[in-house]
Amino acid sequence: MSRQSVEFSVASAERLNETLNAFLQIDRDGALQRADEIEKTGSAGPLSGVPIAVKDNICVKGLQTSCGSKILGDYHPPYNATVIERLNNAGAVIIGKTNCDEFAMGSSNENSAFGPVRNPWDTTRVSGGSSGGSATAVAAGIVPVALGSDTGGSVRQPASLCGVLGLKPTYGRNSRYGLVAFASSLDQIGVFGRQVKDVASVLGVIAGRDPKDATTADVPVPDYLAALTGDLKGMRLGFPRALFGKGLDDEVKRSVESVVDVYRDLGVEIVDVELPNAGYAIAVYYIIATAEASSNLARFDGVRYGFRAEDAPELRQMYRKTRAEGFGAEVKRRIMLGTYVLSAGYYDAYYRKAQQVRTLIKNDFLEAFNHCDAIITPTSPTPAFAIGEKVDDPLSMYLNDIYTVTANLAGVPGISVPCGLSSGRLPIGFQLLGPYWSEATLLKLTHGYEQVRPFTERPPISAS
Amino acid sequence: MPITQADIEKVAQLAHLELGEEELKHFGPQIAEIVNYVEQLNEIDTSNVEPAIGGLTPEGERTDGTRDDEVQGSLGQKLALAEAPDAASGHFRVPKVL
Repeated sequence: MSRQSVEFSVASAERLNETLNAFLQIDRDGALQRADEIEKTGSAGPLSGVPIAVKDNICVKGLQTSCGSKILGDYHPPYNATVIERLNNAGAVIIGKTNCDEFAMGSSNENSAFGPVRNPWDTTRVSGGSSGGSATAVAAGIVPVALGSDTGGSVRQPASLCGVLGLKPTYGRNSRYGLVAFASSLDQIGVFGRQVKDVASVLGVIAGRDPKDATTADVPVPDYLAALTGDLKGMRLGFPRALFGKGLDDEVKRSVESVVDVYRDLGVEIVDVELPNAGYAIAVYYIIATAEASSNLARFDGVRYGFRAEDAPELRQMYRKTRAEGFGAEVKRRIMLGTYVLSAGYYDAYYRKAQQVRTLIKNDFLEAFNHCDAIITPTSPTPAFAIGEKVDDPLSMYLNDIYTVTANLAGVPGISVPCGLSSGRLPIGFQLLGPYWSEATLLKLTHGYEQVRPFTERPPISAS
Repeated sequence: MPITQADIEKVAQLAHLELGEEELKHFGPQIAEIVNYVEQLNEIDTSNVEPAIGGLTPEGERTDGTRDDEVQGSLGQKLALAEAPDAASGHFRVPKVL
């Protein structure tokens, strides 16, 4: 059984990769060998024989970790990320590493050094990013589940643009040991799936304290599958009316508002909430994320691993050339911005100010959650845009993350759920945000919705 | 505060990035536009607001991140050097420093 499903995933990944560019490495031999082993020993883990795709910024021993960057190239990490250890122990079979924006910096996957991922609903459009390869692999039916990382929406936004579920857990819910760091106070590993029970199963496996990541919290991991009861009566959903205005595509607006009606019909009470500082989230995010990135990416210096530039006979010159040739434009832009906001004389004006407004954004959420179990918003202001459309306008690209970055700033969990197609047959998603550690509540709400309005459409580029 | 070409060059130097003329010209206005955008934060009075240090939840802050001081296995020299662009005699080799 597991051999058959793994063989199907590997063969589909290989067949569709020329069209979708979702995978940077497909591990046919390793995956099939592992599937055979599992079949032979009859491993009874909760994910026994389940094929899974992993974003190429999460370390898997024996496979490459490029982060979509030339500076790492075919770097092969000598160890597994903690989430990978846990997946392996649960019987999952990793079939390959998925394409992403370089160092997870982007909202369209166009920043990958290995070319953009294509959206399976329309291959002239972006998959979203930065975990576009994982979103596409799940949307096209290549794998039932995949891992990504979410620093400002990099799981939820591509999930929305590709028509699948994408969950970003609470900060500290799972370990980032073995995830290549982008912005350490925001990064979280997340899960893609087509069915809520699959997302719940994978989260249950990867969640929990890990001594190797000091930011993981000692909070019990509940049985997420047990939360999928279908009974939403008496729950309260917060509706931040002010976020449904300017800049939001009309079709997306109508679609997400219709989801609110579905919840009302399911016995959920809809309450008005306000997030007064949400409008500042992008500004705060692009100070904090770039500052942390400029520091985290200092380690790429051509000494211990990855690429080193030639013809640089002096050490500093080697650093500068290696980084100039190894990093792509967006990564350089963000390192520069981060270096600027942290440079002498500017720290208080930018970084400290941003951290103060971050406190206000966090407090907005804490206050709102006094009145509701979760908040509903769109995930992305528009459906998937065309490849090339925003590539030279970084600010307009950043504004795509308007609905998603707040969760990373506040540390709260969020999930994107598909809720229909636009008139151009492109997926639309809504987002649920909950209090700390409320993943079970978000999955329960998702499941309740899925029961009455299942998203059954399939993209034209599909494995089956 | 307007960002000059000299600022961009200085930042590139601080970040150890060797940028060409074209790149400097391209990044300059883009970074200036983004900095201009983030300066909207100055509208908000934050004089009595504590900065959020890190992303931790209250539960995360309470979690004891320390471990017992025990010797544990490590990668070892061979594996640690395996991915180096230039390893020699058990060391990372770099171009001359001075």
